[in-house]
Amino acid sequence: MKPETILETQALTMRFGGLTAVGNFSAAITRGSIVGLIGPNGAGKTTCFNMITGFYTPTQGKVIFQGREITGKKPYLVCKSGIARTFQNIRLFKNETVLENVMIGCHLRQKTTWWHALFSLPASLREEKAIKEKSLDLLEVVGLRDLAGEKSTSLPYGAQRRLEIARALATDPAFLLLDEPAAGMNPNETRDLMAFIRQIRDRFRLTILLIEHDMKVVMGICEHIWVLDYGETIAEGSPDQIKADPKVIEAYLGEEAVQSA
Amino acid sequence: MDRKTKNILNLLTVAVLGVLLWLAKGHLDGYKIQILNLIAINIILALSLNLIYGFTGMFSLGHAGFMAIGAYVCSILIMTPGQKEMLFILDAPYPWVQAAQAPFFVAVLLGGLIAAAAGIAVGIPLLRLGDDYLGIATLGFAEIVRVFANNLPRLTNGALGFKGIPDYANIWWNFGWCLLTLYFVMRIVNSNFGNTLKAIRDDETAATAMGINVFKYKLISFAMGAFFAGVGGALLGSLLTTIDPKMFLFILTFNILMIVVTGGLGSITGSVLAGIGITILLEWLRFVENPISIGNFYIAGVPGMRMVVFSLALLFIILFRREGLMGTREITWEGLAARIGKRGNSK
Ligand SMILES: Nc1ncnc2c1ncn2[C@@H]1O[C@H](COP(=O)(O)OP(=O)(O)OP(=O)(O)O)[C@@H](O)[C@H]1O
Ligand SMILES: [Mg+2]
Repeated sequence: MKPETILETQALTMRFGGLTAVGNFSAAITRGSIVGLIGPNGAGKTTCFNMITGFYTPTQGKVIFQGREITGKKPYLVCKSGIARTFQNIRLFKNETVLENVMIGCHLRQKTTWWHALFSLPASLREEKAIKEKSLDLLEVVGLRDLAGEKSTSLPYGAQRRLEIARALATDPAFLLLDEPAAGMNPNETRDLMAFIRQIRDRFRLTILLIEHDMKVVMGICEHIWVLDYGETIAEGSPDQIKADPKVIEAYLGEEAVQSA
Repeated sequence: MDRKTKNILNLLTVAVLGVLLWLAKGHLDGYKIQILNLIAINIILALSLNLIYGFTGMFSLGHAGFMAIGAYVCSILIMTPGQKEMLFILDAPYPWVQAAQAPFFVAVLLGGLIAAAAGIAVGIPLLRLGDDYLGIATLGFAEIVRVFANNLPRLTNGALGFKGIPDYANIWWNFGWCLLTLYFVMRIVNSNFGNTLKAIRDDETAATAMGINVFKYKLISFAMGAFFAGVGGALLGSLLTTIDPKMFLFILTFNILMIVVTGGLGSITGSVLAGIGITILLEWLRFVENPISIGNFYIAGVPGMRMVVFSLALLFIILFRREGLMGTREITWEGLAARIGKRGNSK
């Protein structure tokens, strides 16, 4: 079977005033793969996510998802079309419980709506019960079922990241964007996370694009990698190709040299 | 605890409330009955503002505007044609104002619906604004409603307002609407739709990322809040039997805001408890406006003193107990059962 492209970006460009945060980012992502986007701080990785998910309208370029152009669509419509994301600085619904956070994710595919709930229609009660079950199942998958009743922000860091993933999964996505999922995790948690990302890809038949600074994670699970530096795509290829690329080495060494100076 | 048990307990509570109100009606004097009526109406108003501000996070100060719309619509519908002929002395009423008639329940309902329509009309441009701007803009809306009331004599009888509005809003109507409001707001807040409203309150960006049409849901919540504010205003008009533009000043919104903040933003039981408590306090505190003599000291009464006391109280709450009486917590049957169970075990 010929590999099918699920998401394609064509020369995506984002300028803020005089600053080109991302320039001509073109990528074609194969359905079912796990791929990575790396680069030094401020390289424009999160900006790429924001353009794909509709939070930023690109200055130029196109985003094509499953054959349809979604450039500049509102974020909630992008999510509805099947793209879910997490945030670099975790954004849980802080006053809500772990379970409610996931149920809120389920709302997108819910058929009964506010006026059904207003009049307690049986269809609405039935569907909300099903949503609760589905959410508990998702919490089981991320290993948080026992904490379903806790306030979301009372969880430790690693668990909050997994909850954010569960919440994203609740929207039934085909494509999942993870912004630094391993940030703030200890080595054990990071190892578990790698297995976990593969597991959810298989179980929910996802395509996953992740941003990550931890090279062990990126090289360990990504099949294809794009490298950004100052908004330019300086390299792309398999982990082995990326590791050997002199431009990539320079970009990272350069950054370290700056940091140690 | 299952649904059935909870439903039975809820029905029992309503029955007990019914008996208590019936007893009150037979034994209490008119002044105390009036306070009971105000409690019911204030709870309706507090719940409606809590839905908008406490549960959806929209800082709205337009409540007096929605109440005015509800009150005027309902009053026009329940006053008799003869009354209207006598009342409109500045200018003859529009023929349709003169002719409009409806039973009380329908009149209150229409008051709410037209307030909700106004909510949608102002919500569409305003709800895209950020928090502080929304507060200022809705405040402006309420003021505009008042200016219209003052300057449309053929509709509102101008600055004179309405007098002798039929006093249909008795204890049964008021508490009936209060329970209805409580029921609907509870259904909304406890549904998954309610969860999405709380999500919008907590983090709008994350809510959009989860596929929630933030603007649409804000508008629905705002319109629902406006509906119940209109209902509250309609009942208040009929309870007091007179309305005029001066009645719907910002202070009215402020009183409701105080109840909501004291009870806890995002707590239904908080709004109910604070609605009872603050309504009673507001009446009781009237004594500080009367001249007081303690021994040889004589303190002259200062009109408006109780609002000073209340503003100070609100300041204290904001400074020292931001989350109010209840925070976002609720008193539930499960919670009560657990507490009673614990006490039983410890004996
Ligand atoms: N909304 C914005 N307005 C102005 N400049 C922005 C905006 N968003 C991002 N930038 C700028 O764009 C550049 C790229 O930022 P971006 O957040 O995409 O980097 P990143 O690769 O995700 O970095 P990090 O690894 O630190 O998360 C930065 O210089 C940043 O300051
Ligand atoms: Mg980033």
